[in-house]
Amino acid sequence: MSDSQSTNLKIRRGGPEGPVQYEHFDFAFEDGQSVLDALRWIRGNRDASLAVRYSCINANACKECVIRIDGRTGYACTTPLQAGEMLIEPLPNKRLIRDLVTDTLPPDERLTKP
Amino acid sequence: MGHYLETDVLTIGAGGAGMYAAISAAEAGAQVLLLDKSVIGRSGATIMAQMTVAAAIGEEEPDDWRFHLKDTITAGRGLVDEPLAEILCRDAPARIWQMEEWGVGWARKGNHITQAHAPGHDRNRCVYVDFLNTGPASSRTLRNQVRRHDTVRRISDLMVTDLVIQDGQAAGAVALHLETGQAVTIAAKATVIAAGGLTSLYGRNSASANMGGDSFALGLRAGAELIDMEFVQFFPIGHLAPRLIGMDPIMWDPFRYKLGGRLLNGEGAEFTQNYGTAEDGKYVVTRDTATYAIYKEVEAGRGSPHGGAWLSFEHIPDADLRAAFGPVIDRLGAAGIDLTKMAIEVYPIAHYHMGGLRVDNTLATTVPNLFAAGEAVGGANGANRLSGNAITEAFVFGELAGRSAATMAKGTPAPDIRDAAKPYISVIGNAAAKTSDGPSPTAAIAALKDLLQREVGPFRTGIGLNRALDAIAKMTTALPEMPTGDPAPFNQQLADWLGLRNMLVVAQSIATAALARTESRGAHQREDHPGLEEAWTNNQVMRLVGDELQLSRHEVRRLAGGEKLS
Repeated sequence: MSDSQSTNLKIRRGGPEGPVQYEHFDFAFEDGQSVLDALRWIRGNRDASLAVRYSCINANACKECVIRIDGRTGYACTTPLQAGEMLIEPLPNKRLIRDLVTDTLPPDERLTKP
Repeated sequence: MGHYLETDVLTIGAGGAGMYAAISAAEAGAQVLLLDKSVIGRSGATIMAQMTVAAAIGEEEPDDWRFHLKDTITAGRGLVDEPLAEILCRDAPARIWQMEEWGVGWARKGNHITQAHAPGHDRNRCVYVDFLNTGPASSRTLRNQVRRHDTVRRISDLMVTDLVIQDGQAAGAVALHLETGQAVTIAAKATVIAAGGLTSLYGRNSASANMGGDSFALGLRAGAELIDMEFVQFFPIGHLAPRLIGMDPIMWDPFRYKLGGRLLNGEGAEFTQNYGTAEDGKYVVTRDTATYAIYKEVEAGRGSPHGGAWLSFEHIPDADLRAAFGPVIDRLGAAGIDLTKMAIEVYPIAHYHMGGLRVDNTLATTVPNLFAAGEAVGGANGANRLSGNAITEAFVFGELAGRSAATMAKGTPAPDIRDAAKPYISVIGNAAAKTSDGPSPTAAIAALKDLLQREVGPFRTGIGLNRALDAIAKMTTALPEMPTGDPAPFNQQLADWLGLRNMLVVAQSIATAALARTESRGAHQREDHPGLEEAWTNNQVMRLVGDELQLSRHEVRRLAGGEKLS
């Protein structure tokens, strides 16, 4: 079957305050695996504190995992991994909460209304 | 003290059942608080359902809800709570028409709604939204309806960690607000648990990330009874290979029905006939039989390369494939899958939980003022759920639970739970303070899922179940030492810790019930106790007493003969 390849994810970490920080994670993958597969693996095996929204994992139904991948907005669950380096960042036009999590909730679904 | 909210009806979980409950409670005059630990109307099982909804609306051919009931009872292998199943089948048509009125857009043929055939049904009964869009369309429709009610307040990212019991009654809940890490107290006159099933406890599943059994853990700790916890339905033809992203792993099923996909072993031969039911081109093999057949075929060394079975549409003309799959055929093409030239590999995956909270005909649990809706409800599907009944259950039980909770709230004074909530707020505070450098709860969740897949899957042995219970006990002992990371906002490691706390007690409840049931029936197959035993035509009921899960056997609730068609 497909050969194993390797990617290096450069992930923006931290909250709205402090300097912009990036951390690097290596991940070996097979053809067809997604950016979300890698992020979930990192949470389980390298750093559980990495914050990223997702719910349906694989179906592209919940639309929660929208982030910035190599400078483009996309769903982590439907973006295939690529060999080499990939830049993973939160959405630039939403309020940053932590790591890859931004405030994507409808305004009337928040605990504290703006 | 943090946030303190008050409401008439609290609905925990905002999938299909929770949203329907919020709508019906609001229509009955209640103030409603609708919570989800993820995002309202986007998490949970409903939005992922690409398949069909069973209801005897008689559009495709004459039908009667009693026929649907008969099929539901037959599929359930003697354990169906018949009064609950009666409600499910009787009220289903009204919900389908209400959803149609709300603009869901059920697929149509000419001037009538299309109803497809699914295994175990005696006729064409299952409605759907093209293409593979039943769940997303249902979720969108319900989200829009919820928004029309000013008396429903919606809050996302709010994870209920415990129910609050005061004077023997459910009086609200304590929740973790993920963004801020604050504990939130919610006082409620009546509460509906609609937080779904438990399938993400298994390594291979069709669930969203948040189906870790919260409904059952919340219920158990609050003193509610669970029923039929040993019956986890495995979906026989979950996608196995080649790797396919952006698609629901259970997507093949409707096409198998519509087109007649052939299930083949590693030698390219049909095999279900060796396990009781031949395909005969009619695809009448029920889920438990198909799951068993694939497992056994793989075990016998006749699996496909990735250890599953082949599903082949190669005999179907390209034009027919294109007509049935619609735009999906292009998405498959983009993933390198040409169904006219290749079979794909499938394998059973955890899909649905038949067991759940024990309820009466108003969907009240055994705890006063506490109700259940959707997959959280146990009993209506017995030992094996009929295809198409899950979304039906979300709609019908959601609507009924919301109505029942609103009625209960009318006669209940507003509780003040500031004091009663304190111990539960401490649970969150203590969990957040865990800073050891032991293994993370996130890693432990993955280990637990592997364990359940291996030892508490569709085929079980006493030895394996005991091994599982020992391992679960060790993890439960280790939980207090598992770290929850730094207390920054949106601490998912803390959410994982609280989720694992729920998963462990739910895993224990499945394994405990499975160990006690020394027979094989429906979705529960004991390799050391093959064959159904009449003496086991009972429901097992479970409750948490101190730290102990206590089991008892109860007679199955039956209907008087008059309501049933023979």
